[in-house]
Amino acid sequence: MSNLPNVPFLKFIYKPKNELEKGGRTEIPAPRQSSEPERRCPNCYKSVPLSKISANMSMCGCGYHFRMTARQRISLICDTFEELWPGVVSNDPLGFPGYVKKLDTVKVASGELEAVVCGKAEIDSQPCCVFIMESYFMMGSMGSAVGEKITRLFEYATMNRLPVVGFTVSGGARMQEGLLSLMQMAKTSGAVRRHSEAGLFYLTVLTDPTMGGVTASFAMEGDIIIAEPGAMVGFAGPRVIEQTTGKTLPKGFQLAESLLEHGFVDAIIPRPEQKEKIGKLLMMNKAVN
Amino acid sequence: MANPKYKSAYEIVKTARSGQRPTGIDMINGCFTDFIELHGDRYFSDDRAIIGGLALLYDIPVTVIAIEKGHTLKERTEHGFGAPQPEGYRKALRLMRQAEKFKRPIICFVDTSGAYCGIDAEERGQGSAIAANLYEMIGLKVPIISVFIGEGGSGGALALAVADKVWMLENAVYSVISPEGCASIIWKDIKKAETAAEYLKMTAYDALELGVADEIISENGLGGDEFYTMLKDKLKAAADELTAFDGLADARYKRFRKFGSYDEITIETEEHK
Ligand SMILES: [Zn+2]
Repeated sequence: MSNLPNVPFLKFIYKPKNELEKGGRTEIPAPRQSSEPERRCPNCYKSVPLSKISANMSMCGCGYHFRMTARQRISLICDTFEELWPGVVSNDPLGFPGYVKKLDTVKVASGELEAVVCGKAEIDSQPCCVFIMESYFMMGSMGSAVGEKITRLFEYATMNRLPVVGFTVSGGARMQEGLLSLMQMAKTSGAVRRHSEAGLFYLTVLTDPTMGGVTASFAMEGDIIIAEPGAMVGFAGPRVIEQTTGKTLPKGFQLAESLLEHGFVDAIIPRPEQKEKIGKLLMMNKAVN
Repeated sequence: MANPKYKSAYEIVKTARSGQRPTGIDMINGCFTDFIELHGDRYFSDDRAIIGGLALLYDIPVTVIAIEKGHTLKERTEHGFGAPQPEGYRKALRLMRQAEKFKRPIICFVDTSGAYCGIDAEERGQGSAIAANLYEMIGLKVPIISVFIGEGGSGGALALAVADKVWMLENAVYSVISPEGCASIIWKDIKKAETAAEYLKMTAYDALELGVADEIISENGLGGDEFYTMLKDKLKAAADELTAFDGLADARYKRFRKFGSYDEITIETEEHK
């Protein structure tokens, strides 16, 4: 792991699991007075008030990237954003038990109607099409509606000669839609290909976690693939691999840093630099008309 | 679910998995002559879970790609239990590109519980390898026919099935997740696999109803001479029909573009700053 970028977060991988392991207790954080809700950082183990996290691009002071909602990401990355096809929603084609109820619950909990938000945007003054997947909607799983929205976005971008920037976060295909969700992998791949054949640029930003059918389709089909520090990216889930092979997973397995080392992502870009870098990549990958 | 033999979906799953059925290599030997195996992905290794090469379908040269599970334990081990490594998919893609160059039809036999699930496979880009196949296959300019002969497990099966014609043997299955996997996620109980198999709509008849499969192949005399003659004739007729057709890649895109079931409700578009 020698060529890793200098991101403080990376210490996470090698970090001792408790205070004693690193040679005795040092500072004991004083109990907090306020009753403000907090989240524990899985990297530095500190409890951070939610207001502090959201004021810092959903990052901990140590550099750990917490998950963000799609809308938070839009406001972080885009100068302007005009949503497209917000009304494309899942139905229950197979009559899968509990699916309709589950959809109703997550719609309320996430405030979204589907697991991806698509739109026309400007990033650092560069016009583009953007899709951002939503981890709070059934773990960003891809059903027919997600596949349809992403396919439409690529078709729209092809017609209007615009690049596409896609933020992926997904547990994979949505099993409640059976084979129809599997087919979305081929459908979206076809739309990506047509966009690419038109000489247009597609940038994927892999965020935590990007797994299964999304990794095995449009997430890995970008001209340039970047990742957020510490994002877990893979095809098979780590627990499944452990159970099937009976092997202990190596440190940092399936993390963005490991993918970089194995040659499957172009760069790891922390959140504070994303907007500017994405803008530059868009500028340097303009389609030749 | 509904099928003329009145078997439950899970019984069909078990049939599809049984080691008694003809494997990919049996299909190659039964349907073609002069098979010449071509090995390796030219990057890393030769994955034995996927067998590929050239053969004659009557008088026409075709590219043949088959997932092989093996019959005996020795064969099954040698072929990685029909769970392809990324190198298997990369070999398949290499051979498919070659087929396009020499304008040969591509015939795939699918029989896998899924792409190999392991540390090494992940580190060598299993997801990336499957994605590359989907991306390339949907735009290939030569005919692709995929025949599901046993199990069709998720992305690992789709990576050889972005085809103009998808056929399934009567007792073949095709699913986004194994019924056991689905049961353990939804009900936290692997014993509910039987129920999950019904709901997943994974039999050949379900796939036909969903439009994912175009045709069901009768298993009358499965593995016998008459069966292979029937399949061979069907493959030849389809290969001829598709070869004569201009605009295959467009038609293939449209075939996959239409999949999906969703509603469209009216909402005021909001502007976000
Ligand atoms: Zn922290």
